This record gives sequence, C-alpha cells and structure tokens, in this order.
Amino acid sequence: MTPDKVHEILKAKHAQAVSAFDPNPKHPSIKIAPEFWRVVAKTLRDDCGLDYLVSLTAVDRAAELEAIYTLEVMDGARCPIHVRVLVPRDNPLIATVEDIWRTADWHEREAWDLMGITFVGHHNLVRILCAEDWEGHPLRKDYKSPDTYHGIKNNVT
Amino acid sequence: MMTPYTLVDWVLGDGAGWIARFIGAVLVWAVPITGFVSFVGLLSIWLERKISAHIQCRLGPMEVGYHGALQTVADGVKLLAKEDLVPADADRFLFAFAPILAFAGTVVGFAVVPFGPGLIVADLDIGIFYLAAVGSLEAIGVIAAGWASNNKWSLFGSVRAATQVVSYEIPMGLAFVTIAALAGTLSMSGIVDQQQGWIANWFLFRNPFTWIAFIIYYIAALAECKRAPFDLPEAESELVSGFHTEYSGMRFAIFFLAEYAQMYVVSAVAVVLFLGGWYSGIAPLDAAVGTGVAGKLVGAGIIVTKSFLLVCVQMWLRWTLPRIRLDQMLYLCMKILMPFGMLTLVGSTMWEYYFPTPEIAKVGGGWTGNTVMTGVVVAIIGTLSLIVYVRSVIRSTPSLRAASNP
Amino acid sequence: MNAPHIPKAFAASDVRSEEMLLNMGPQHPSTHGVFRVVIRTDGEIVIDSESHVGYLHRCFEKHCESVSFLQSVLYTDRLDYLTSMGNNLAFSLGVERLFTDLVIPERAEHIRVICAELNRIASHLLAIGTYGMDIGAITPFLYCFRDREKILSIFESICGQRLNYNYVRPGGVAYDIDDSMIAAIKDFCKYFRPKAQEYDDLLSNNDIFVRRTANVGVLSKELALSYGVTGPCLRGSGVKRDLRRDLPYSIYSRFDFEIPVGTGERGTLGDCYDRYMVRVREMIESLRIVEQAVSQIPDGPFKTDQIKGKLRPPKGESFIRVENSRGELGFYIISDGKDVAYRVKCRAPSFHNISLLTDISRGAMIADMVAIIGSLDIVMGEVDR
Repeated sequence: MTPDKVHEILKAKHAQAVSAFDPNPKHPSIKIAPEFWRVVAKTLRDDCGLDYLVSLTAVDRAAELEAIYTLEVMDGARCPIHVRVLVPRDNPLIATVEDIWRTADWHEREAWDLMGITFVGHHNLVRILCAEDWEGHPLRKDYKSPDTYHGIKNNVT
Repeated sequence: MMTPYTLVDWVLGDGAGWIARFIGAVLVWAVPITGFVSFVGLLSIWLERKISAHIQCRLGPMEVGYHGALQTVADGVKLLAKEDLVPADADRFLFAFAPILAFAGTVVGFAVVPFGPGLIVADLDIGIFYLAAVGSLEAIGVIAAGWASNNKWSLFGSVRAATQVVSYEIPMGLAFVTIAALAGTLSMSGIVDQQQGWIANWFLFRNPFTWIAFIIYYIAALAECKRAPFDLPEAESELVSGFHTEYSGMRFAIFFLAEYAQMYVVSAVAVVLFLGGWYSGIAPLDAAVGTGVAGKLVGAGIIVTKSFLLVCVQMWLRWTLPRIRLDQMLYLCMKILMPFGMLTLVGSTMWEYYFPTPEIAKVGGGWTGNTVMTGVVVAIIGTLSLIVYVRSVIRSTPSLRAASNP
Repeated sequence: MNAPHIPKAFAASDVRSEEMLLNMGPQHPSTHGVFRVVIRTDGEIVIDSESHVGYLHRCFEKHCESVSFLQSVLYTDRLDYLTSMGNNLAFSLGVERLFTDLVIPERAEHIRVICAELNRIASHLLAIGTYGMDIGAITPFLYCFRDREKILSIFESICGQRLNYNYVRPGGVAYDIDDSMIAAIKDFCKYFRPKAQEYDDLLSNNDIFVRRTANVGVLSKELALSYGVTGPCLRGSGVKRDLRRDLPYSIYSRFDFEIPVGTGERGTLGDCYDRYMVRVREMIESLRIVEQAVSQIPDGPFKTDQIKGKLRPPKGESFIRVENSRGELGFYIISDGKDVAYRVKCRAPSFHNISLLTDISRGAMIADMVAIIGSLDIVMGEVDR
C-alpha cells in the first residue's frame, strides 16, 4: 500500500477530510481534519489495509496540538505512512481509535498523560507514565515543573 | 520389655528404672541429636553452596575458613544478631510458634533414624509408621507460618504446602508398605537386619519392583523436603519467598535448618529402606568389623556417608531442574506415582510369593537366581527408558528429526 | 494513612469471597523491574489482571528536548539498557535520516552491525537466563552470564563501558576498533557456537521446562498483530517479520541470515516455548551476521567528516525503526534546525509487548503468569522511558 494509493482512496471516500498530502518518499504524510478522524481511521484500516498502528506521536505545535499516527500494513511491504491530526490547543479533543487499533489504548493514554490530548470515548483515559495525581502535561512546551511533589523539593533549575 | 537394641539399654543395662531411662535418654540422645542436627545443617548448607557453585561454574564461598567451611557459622552469627521482626498484623503467637513446630516436626523424625547398629533413639516396632506420621508435622509448621504472616504470598505458599502434603504422602506411604511387606516388620533395625550380606540383599535389588518403589520414594521425599523441582511452597520466583516471606533472623534460620535436617532424615530413611542401612554391602567386611564398638562406629560411618550421598543427589537435582507447577505436581503424585505405587506393592508381593528369596540369601548368602532375574528386568526397563530418551532427543533436534522422517 | 489504592476496574464490592486481589509488583522477583500487575485470583487461577506501568518514568522525551542530539544518544542507552547498542544505532539512524546527503563510512557501518548483533546475543542470553530463573532453574542463568560476560568484555575494550555504551553516534561510531578487538570477536564466535548446545541441554529439552512453557500464554497471530507486538514475541507466533530483512537499515541487506519463527513444536503455535526458542535460535543467526561482518570489515574512517562542529540536523521530521532484540524500536524525531530536537518520540517495543498481558494471562495460574511475563521479555526502562 503506497502513500499515493492511500491518498487516492481517502480522496475518493472522504474528499473533505484530507486537508494536505506530502508524498515525500522518506516521510509520507497525510493531514486529516479532526472531525473526520474516526471514519477515516476505519477506512484506513479496512479499505487501505493499514492494520498496524506503529506509533502515536503527540507534538506541541504552539497554537495547535498534533497527533501523528504512524500506520503500516502488517502482512505486506514495509512502508509507514504518517497521518496527522491537528486540534486546537485550548480544546484538544480527538476521537479515540482504541477499538480500531488495540495498540492505541495505551498510546492514547500516554498522549493524554504527557501532552494533554483528550481522546473522546476512550474507556480508561488515565495517566499511564506519570503518577496519578500529577498535574499538567510535561511534554507541552509551556510546562513548568512543580516546585514540590508530596514534600519532595524539585532541585532542577 | 524394651528391645536391648538401643544405646540406652546398652549403657544402662536392662534393669534400670524409668526415671533413669528418661534421664539417660536425654543425656545420651537428646543432646547429641540436637548437636547432630546442627552439624547436618551446617555441613549440608556448606555442601549445597559448594555443589551449586561448582555446578554453576563458580567457586562459592572461599574466604571464611578452608574453602569457606566456616561461612555458614558466620552466617549463623549474622542471623542471630538480626532484628527479630514480626509484621504488624501478624498473629504474634503463631508467628513465633510456627518455626518451632516445623523444626520439632523434623527433629522427632530422628527418633527412629538409626545411626548404626544399635545406635537408634527408639527402635519402635512401628518405626516406618511413626515416621510417616510425624513426617508431615513439619508441613503443619509451614502452613501455620504462612497463615500467621498475614501476607497473601505467604498464604499461597502455605496452601501450596498443604496441597503438596496430601499428594506426596500417599505414594510415599505405598513405597513404605512395599518394603514393610517384604521385610515383614515396620521396625527400622528389623528392616536393616534383613539386608545384611552382599549388596544383592539390599531391598533395592530384592526384586524389580523395589526399584520402582525406591524411585517413587525418592521423588516423594524431594516433595517432602520442599526441594526443587517441588519447591512450590517457597517458589522464589513466583511467591517471592512463599511461607517464609515475612521471616527473618533466627526464625528464618530455624526454617532453614529444619529443611536441611529434613533432607537428611528422608535420605537416611531411603538408606535404611533400600540401601542396606549400616551394612556396607560386602559381606566379609561386615563380618570382620563385628557388632562391638568398632562395628557401631563403622556402621555409623557407612549409614551417614550413604545418607549424605543421597543429600548430595537432592542438591544436584535442585540445581539442575526447573520447578514444576502446582497442578503438575498433583498430576505427578496422584496419577503417576500413586498407580505405580499400587503396582509396585502388588507386583512386589506377588514376586515374593512366586519367587521367594531363599532363607540362605536373606541371612548373608550371595547372589541368587533371583538377583539375576532382577537384573534382567532392570536391564529391560533401562533399555526402554534409553529408547524413550533417544526418541525425545531425536524429536527435539531438528536435523535429526528431518533425517528420521524424510 | 491513606487507604490502599484499589484499581478502578475492581471495586472491593465485586470481589467474591472466594477470590483474592493479589498485588504482584512493583517489587517482585519476576516482574523484570518495577512492573505491577494487580491480579484477581480464584485460588491459583488468574481470572483477570490489570497492568500498571510508569514506575520508572524519567522523561526521556522531555530530556531530548533540552539537551543536544549528541547528548540525547546517552539517554537512549538507558531505554532498553540491555540493548544499548541497538538504541544508539536507532537514534543515530534517525538523526542521520534528517540529513539529505550524509554518507556513513563503510567501516562504521560494519562496526555498527557487529556491535548491534553482539548486543542482541548478550540481550537474548540474559532473556533466556532470567527466563530459566522464572521457571525455577537457576543454573542456566549463570551459564548465560558466563557467556554474556565475554561479550561485555569485548564492548569494554571497544568503548570502555560494559552496559551503557554511548558508542554508536550520528555520523559513525565514537572510537575505531583495532585488530586485537577483531580477534577477540572472532574468538568469541568460535567459542559461542558450540555453547548454544548447552542451553538446549539445560533448558530447551528439559521436560519440566517444556511442560511449564508449552501451551502456556498462547499468543495468537491475530492478537499479536492487533497489539502491534514485534520482535521475538511476534515471530514466536509464526509471523516471519524482521525489519533487518523487510526494511533493511544500515547494511543488513548484505548479510545472509535466517529469521527463526515459532512452529509450535512442543505445544501450540505462539506459546511461551515458541517465544523462548525464537530467542535461542536468533542468537545463532546473529552470530552468523557477526562472523560475516567481521570477515569483510573494510579499512577506512570510522566516522563521517561531513558533520563539522555542532550537530545541527536540517529542519524536518524523520521516523526510523530498527529491529532491536525486543522488537521494533522506533524514533520519531522532529528537528527545527537547532542543535536540540524539537520533539523526540520513542516507540518502545516492550511497551507494546506488555500491553497484552491481560489478554493472554486470563485463565492461567500464578506460576504461568510468571512464565508469561518472562517470555514477553520486557525491560521496564523502555516501557516507562
């Protein structure tokens, strides 16, 4: 499944969802509007055969937060394609895909924990790496580490 | 009337009253036995360390004493000096009592374990039966320890210990009965006496079924000692430390000592039942040393050496084999060892009925046709096992497997 | 004192009286680090379990946003601390991918492959040894350490470190290797090949071991794929996928090696035994790669001279995956042209592999639980990052 083919299929089925396409052979990527993400995800898995969610990367893009889903065909040629979903920073809501790719379960929890993207519909969206009572989302660029945590002083300047 | 076979009678003569007998028994037996248990513990722990080290391409303790011989003493001192910890929610009385129960359960076993001709605390007429009865006392200590600790892992360990007791006791009992049926007595010295003479007179070689009985007994004995592959109640990698997770210091040391003492007891019993007890297996040698003080000393040396060899086999197995699972242990004991134990009992008695051992062979004669027959059967069993083993090797080696079925 | 935390999935009221909540970890001999599973048991049988990770979280990704690319390599050592060479290699490849015309010298490529494969052997040795220990056999562990020690000594002579190497760096490797090290590697290859038989004798063909691992923790192909499981765990389920073959990086396409997969030889396809055997066989294949690489290692520079001064990759994004000893280790690196990364995401194989523990341990016994966790071969440094 080449990136061009994926783009073609998506264009045919969800024309308004695809907002950008970068066919760079080293790093192909498709940008999807967040409101269409769930239906597009189903198409990606069922019609394009991208059944392997390699990784979910959350990135802080100043005004927006970006979730990059790296997808691949498990039983086929290795050619990862990156699907970008950008959401506004003040209201970062993305529909969950944990039922489409089971890998997404822990990855969405991680993205919520570290970047603060809320995955709507996730069955158990709790912190996974940080402590449960941790405040803030550490990977955001404007994150300030707390001065104390349960009486432990933060000596990092 | 007490049999004049025990050391107390030997020292005091036949006419002593019961108070004198009691004090004599304490002085002559309780003190040396406790010392011997400690000695067995120290020696076995050192042996275990060295054997495991050499199995694992290491040296083991080398610093304290000659090849680390005093390492165990140093560790004992360390354990004595440790803080005596009792978990906050533990049952304090039971927690303190459990190690004592386990240790006592083991030490009372020494009452019927002979150390040589006449060197036996109490030559009970029901020696084996007594042993089977008190043998599981240690398990009660273990169960109590796990329960008193108020720790889920300890509880798992103690429940496993209980499960283990009910499964290994039966095949072990069947092995006992097989020998008792052959010997016609339950007394330990009575059983040993029937094995004097040449090595062929040992119950191990008496008929082909006693071989199986010995294997069944030894497997069950491993389970009784909670040694790998039956170390389920401790199961370090599964249950942290099982029943003694919460124990430290001297209480832990007592459990440890009980385990090693138990190893000696079951090995000594195996020697008594199957391996000729204090007889060397060479008839003229036994005749030469006689039954006096020299005979007692040589006999003691022989039985202790044989027992320690079996203890070493237990250690060898422990450092070689992985641990089996609880259900597999039940399966092994209930569905394999038990039917084979029954078969052994029936087979052995029938063999004895149809091919009775001549009286002359029983009391110090030589090799008989029976021995030859036993040898033939054992050879057949051995060959069959070898075939099974070779088949399993072929099955497990891809290149050989490909060659065998093209 | 706070009431003990009970995970959400199990309220105290829905535990029936026969059942027990058992907290395995974070301090437990067989969870391979600080990993915690809350098990709901019925006697010894696991009814349900819930994994908790994060005890070893130390903000690897945040660190990478505040230190330079070259310094980040040091942090990758601590991810999967048993395969540091592979982590270094993955990160370096990811940074190199950001450049358009960076050429890595042949010698450096060979050294990288040799180190990565030796490290894979060392890592699998540890996996096999500790797996034996989980099952209750302590001796194989020391045999494995005996051989692993030899690899670590080779690494020590190459880069001065025994565990966290920081050796493979963007543009090449940190130091050249000399003839004595090559001789040591050749000696090791000769020494190790027959030793593999010892592991088979001690563990693989041991009846108790087989009975403890065969038919236990069966991971079906479908389940493995849906959870994104990779590495020996996936190959144990019979899927022949290996990035060294499917998407060759570095110079792996030049070497001749097999990809061992599970066959269900002693039980069901995808059981613990298959995963274990895949590791045993992979060691020999890695050894083949090392032998080939050592025999054809060319002379020349050991690092590129195209990078001068500070390492400043051009603006852009790159995603790279390498086949590490536990699966596909991926790095998503975003650079904004500075010497510090804008964002680094680590796709850790153990994170995926352990996430399915609940699914394959249902109905097993507690002893099996230990066998399953051991067969997944996780490193918490990588799961928690």
